[in-house]
Amino acid sequence: MIGHLVLWLDDRLGAASFLRKAMRKAFPDHWAFMLGEVALYSYLALLGSGIYLTFFYTASGDHIVYHGTYRPLDGVPMSEAYASILRISFDVPAGLLIRQFHHWAALVFAAAISVHLLRIFFTGAFRRPREINWLIGVTLLLLAMAIGFTGYSLPDDLLSGTGLRIAYSILLSIPVVGTWSAFLLFGGVYPGADILRRFLILHIFLLQALIAALIGVHLFLIWHQKHTQFRGPGRTERNVVGSPLWPNYTMKSIGLALVIFSVLALLGGLAQINPVWLYGPYEAWQASSPAQPDWYLGWAEGALRLWPAWEIRLFGRLVANPFFPSVLFPVVFFLVLYLWPWIERWITGDARPHHLLDRARDCPWRSAVGAWAVAFGIALTLAGSNDVIANLLGVPVEIVTVYFRVMLGIAPILAAVLTYFVCHGLQERDRQPERRRIRAIVRVNARGGYEEETLPTPDSPAPEPGGGESGTGS
Amino acid sequence: MIGRALAGLLRLPGAVLWMLLRALAAAVRAVAAILTLGDIVRQERPGPASREAAPAPPAPDARASALVAGALLVSIAATIAFGAAYALGAQTQLLAGTSGVSLAALAVAFIVWGQRLLQQEQITEERAPEPSPEEARRGAEEALARGEREISRRGALGWLLAGALGSLGIAALFPVRSLGPGPDRLLFHTKWRAGAPLVGIDGKPIRAADLLIGSVATVFPEGYVGDPSSQALLIRVEPGLLELPPAQLAGAPQGFVAYSKICTHAGCPVGLYRARTHELVCPCHQSTFDVLAGARPVFGPATRPLPQLPLRLGADGRLRALGDFTEPVGPGFWGMP
Ligand code: FES
Repeated sequence: MIGHLVLWLDDRLGAASFLRKAMRKAFPDHWAFMLGEVALYSYLALLGSGIYLTFFYTASGDHIVYHGTYRPLDGVPMSEAYASILRISFDVPAGLLIRQFHHWAALVFAAAISVHLLRIFFTGAFRRPREINWLIGVTLLLLAMAIGFTGYSLPDDLLSGTGLRIAYSILLSIPVVGTWSAFLLFGGVYPGADILRRFLILHIFLLQALIAALIGVHLFLIWHQKHTQFRGPGRTERNVVGSPLWPNYTMKSIGLALVIFSVLALLGGLAQINPVWLYGPYEAWQASSPAQPDWYLGWAEGALRLWPAWEIRLFGRLVANPFFPSVLFPVVFFLVLYLWPWIERWITGDARPHHLLDRARDCPWRSAVGAWAVAFGIALTLAGSNDVIANLLGVPVEIVTVYFRVMLGIAPILAAVLTYFVCHGLQERDRQPERRRIRAIVRVNARGGYEEETLPTPDSPAPEPGGGESGTGS
Repeated sequence: MIGRALAGLLRLPGAVLWMLLRALAAAVRAVAAILTLGDIVRQERPGPASREAAPAPPAPDARASALVAGALLVSIAATIAFGAAYALGAQTQLLAGTSGVSLAALAVAFIVWGQRLLQQEQITEERAPEPSPEEARRGAEEALARGEREISRRGALGWLLAGALGSLGIAALFPVRSLGPGPDRLLFHTKWRAGAPLVGIDGKPIRAADLLIGSVATVFPEGYVGDPSSQALLIRVEPGLLELPPAQLAGAPQGFVAYSKICTHAGCPVGLYRARTHELVCPCHQSTFDVLAGARPVFGPATRPLPQLPLRLGADGRLRALGDFTEPVGPGFWGMP
């Protein structure tokens, strides 16, 4: 059967020699290498559930009066979009499950991309020759945030409407082109014309197509360049050691995909998320409190909250407050992120290709920079919930805000310094392996006495970790 | 001596953090081990490459086979249960439970099959060096250069071609302009006009007698209930408390003062009124505005006061606007005066 298929394909495409090599492609095994796969499979989950949801969603801001299954909102005026979300949640069989599955998958997708990016950063996998995939990866992170935000806006509930309002204001604050870009995107003064329809098209078509295309190129490059690997016996810069694609790696990978789908299904039905029927329909004069975006935009929310009451006038024009935390800061941050492979090369002067990964300790200063960024991001994200924290602690929100402003300066530096010393400590430990070696074994014997067995000391010293063909950047 | 003590001291927090990190790593490994039944973690450092040459035939693993069979049976049962639950219109929780178990059992089957029933082998692939052989590189360069020479030999024609393509590209962007109106002065005006009566969100006119001191109402110009840019907050305070310049005070008869409800920070509706301190608080980023002092921002990221809507109190007891807001409402923009 399979034989016939191969012959049929080969007669038309000459695919046999490709297939023979492809099935025996080596994929290194390490738990950290599964993170990108988690992102890929949650993307597939998003695609499937998302297509289903579009069959039921109405992208219209036209107002109707609701008379549906959900009694508490009976007789309430709302947009057709919001009503269609209520219909999905309460009337479509399995609709709520799939809607929540979709939302959870979006959260996992963004999380997997972020952690995957950290793995790439801390292991130095972005170095030559993988700079192109680094650029694609960072772009995918940005696209994940954009597609997440557009999707989050579609239900037209009170929370998402507030988010849209803030996004419009951020656009408006950009010097020179701000007003134009806000008007062109929204179709006029907020709330504009047809914004839900526009966001739907961005969400399911434009951003979607971009993400699909970039994932394709990303995977192709991994295939073509072959995966990186950690140092180990038999592994060099010139080879790659791992499980064959077929059948071992395939079985494992399908297993991982099923684990993710299963977790998402359980979350989708058992853990409530974004219960828009509790928030109520969006009305421009209402806002809910507390209001937090999904986690992957928490940093942006925190930046808006912490930035002081400060703005400037330039040439008699206004550069409004949100521009600095919400446009300038992310632009600078992502520019540095994009350029990191070249920044690091410029610092270390190391332009050689690397296929063996660093461990985080192998390059302490890079790990320290990474720890700084992670701590900064966490501090911003926490600050995005300063009102919730203030409520929880019973402290005025003003004090919490000031506290976070201070912590935003201190905590990341602390994290960086600690990381630096931990890495050096670990290197030190690696250099003296004999300190840890067991020299003797003491046993309690049957009579309650002790017996000591001295182990022979090996005459050859343990192989130096961090050796191998290439040096590390530090 | 001191140096060493200092170094030791510096290493202490590192050691503590290292312990924490190790605990975290252990937790992650435990999860990974559960997910993969240990093999991926164990293979972190594979045996010598010689394993690849002659993979040991897999020991007949009766327990693993039984586990896979069991998992597949569980999965089939859970899938049938899911189908039944769906057909009977069951609760979301039941649908999630059945489909989740079905998928999880299937995952177990795949993973155990992959790890225990398949021959485990590590294969080694050689990497081709990234740069192609020198000859191929020169060949590619030459091929490109030859084409370029061919084209640029036509000098002026080449430039003309670039011009045609470029202008077409720019013209193709023109339709973007149709996506929205130009900003013009749209951000400077709202629907408020001189004499416009104030109405509540229910569309009913606001009378002075309706509002007690210390209370607040969301108001719109008559005929424009719900208009996002025109929303305003009407607050009644003790008349003597307002500290406004005379021109503004004239627009706040008998302690009735109205401000735009759109936060000057990022446009959220400023929904919270703290009557005791006479402060308006924006729920989005906690900008706080002092109602008595012309809605001047006193905390949070907002920099500009909420624009005031000048009011007059008619003989019929109804509140009317004296005109539009004195400044553009809402968040700042490049052209804002
Ligand atoms: S929108 Fe009001 S404080 Fe940011």
